[in-house]
Amino acid sequence: MGLIIQGVLGAFHLIFSGNPDIIEISLRSVKVSGIATLIAFVFGLPIGLVIGLYDFKGKHIVRGLFNGLLGIPTVVLGLILYLILVPLGPFGSLKLIYTEMGISLGQAILVLPIVISLVAGSVSLIRSEIRELAITLGAGELEASIAVIREAIGGVILSIVAAFNRAVAELGVALMIGGNIFVKGSALNTRVLTTSIQMYTARGEIDLAIALGVILLFIVFGVSMISNVIQSRLT
Amino acid sequence: MDGLARDSRGISSATLLLVVIIVLMGIVGVVWYYQAQIQAGQRVVTISTTTSLYDTGLLETAIAPAFKERTGIELHFIPKGTGAAIQDAKNGAADAILVHARSKELKFMEEGYGVNRKIVAYNFFVIVGPQDDPAGIQGMDPIGALQRIAEYGQQGKVIWVSRDDGSGTNTKEINLWKAAGFNYEDIKNEPWFRNTGAGMGQTLNYASNQRAYTLSDTGTYLKFKKDGLIDLVTVVDKGEELINIYAIIIVNPEKYNKDFEGAMELEKWLVSEEGQKIIGDYGKDTYGVPLYFPVVKVLEQKDGDIYNWIVKYGFIEDNGKLTESPQKFRYKADISFFEEEK
Repeated sequence: MGLIIQGVLGAFHLIFSGNPDIIEISLRSVKVSGIATLIAFVFGLPIGLVIGLYDFKGKHIVRGLFNGLLGIPTVVLGLILYLILVPLGPFGSLKLIYTEMGISLGQAILVLPIVISLVAGSVSLIRSEIRELAITLGAGELEASIAVIREAIGGVILSIVAAFNRAVAELGVALMIGGNIFVKGSALNTRVLTTSIQMYTARGEIDLAIALGVILLFIVFGVSMISNVIQSRLT
Repeated sequence: MDGLARDSRGISSATLLLVVIIVLMGIVGVVWYYQAQIQAGQRVVTISTTTSLYDTGLLETAIAPAFKERTGIELHFIPKGTGAAIQDAKNGAADAILVHARSKELKFMEEGYGVNRKIVAYNFFVIVGPQDDPAGIQGMDPIGALQRIAEYGQQGKVIWVSRDDGSGTNTKEINLWKAAGFNYEDIKNEPWFRNTGAGMGQTLNYASNQRAYTLSDTGTYLKFKKDGLIDLVTVVDKGEELINIYAIIIVNPEKYNKDFEGAMELEKWLVSEEGQKIIGDYGKDTYGVPLYFPVVKVLEQKDGDIYNWIVKYGFIEDNGKLTESPQKFRYKADISFFEEEK
């Protein structure tokens, strides 16, 4: 118990003393996972809309596939990506192993199913009522679809938040693709919150691990809260 | 009229969506390009290494900054444990490896992946255990101590904890058990023998909780002990078998197109006066004792117990001689290797 209290006290001291390393690591986490969410959103939104709005052959299989991928273990994805991205692997020439962009891409793949499933799910829920209403009121096909997206904006925002939170909190991809590199003052560092929490725990530097854990929790809760505010404004 | 207005609003929404997506993709592209530019502008040497060097902070906080100041080259250390570090280099992800398991290093070179092996530092492993020392091995020689632990273990009186992760520490442990007359693969399944499959820190924590014995590198043990995280004491710390020898091996440029010159710069710097001093001084202030010992002076003097142990446990046989790096594994090396007659 003493260890925990001591650790938490030390953690808050570290956070409020503005330790530059901690700030750098936290900002990198937000940046790397933010870009991952962006990529996932760019690809996930259109795919999710198509799945949610249109009927086509094999739709259930596609939806089932993405729903299944929601829970892919991050270590497994990390391992697969490692084998693909190492210089000897099929995409080794992209030079993405042990880089920030490598982590972002890996996390984007991780959270893409979240964006697709949540967008498709929320769109298809609203779809029948709004669509029928819009068409009854004399709207065209495209117009009706746009109306559906407007109504589903809450689900779209939720998909972004869920995707970001899963990305920022995952360890497997960040560790295996990023490598937890840290050189003071370097622009090529890849240490993020989760990898440093793991490292400091392994090194027995518990107060640092707790400090970074507290920051990670703040980021996750903070993003959720901001999205709640946006959602309540929009609806 | 009403319908027309709604139409135009509908189309602009679709266009807006498209524009947003294109802009977002553009942002990602710019970030990617920017990072690739930085990557191209900074010379980086990547070294796969062992957790026992990394977790004390020696590589990141002492060696990397000093080397960058001297040469402008940035060092990226990927800590993995010796076995995984070697695999990383085989996958082409590293320019050099910094490890501590001679048999695995030799295999790495024999398979054609590595050249120019150079010993850079040494220290000693320790056998640690609970304060009351239920096996009564305090001060014994390591082999006798392990035999006693096995005997008491099989009677259910003590527990031994093993890393069992293919690391250099694990390799040393396997060799020690062999010297004590046990086959690691056989005893590792016995109930008194626990395998963590984890790093040194976690293994020490487990051993502490279980009031068990384990083999540890000095650095990690001292760090955990000082921070009050473990309730274990050193029971055996003397004996040539416990010597722990760290070596750097450069990835063979004929195998992979890596930064051979940059990695050789690091090798030369590590055995230079500056590099050796940084290694020898690291941790002195914090722990009162150095965590690693510089090796070059010992090898130059060619005398004393430590020298003989390094030759015995760290050198490789080569045409009737013993050396850091056999002739056939030397490649365009503008550096000399220590040799000793058998």
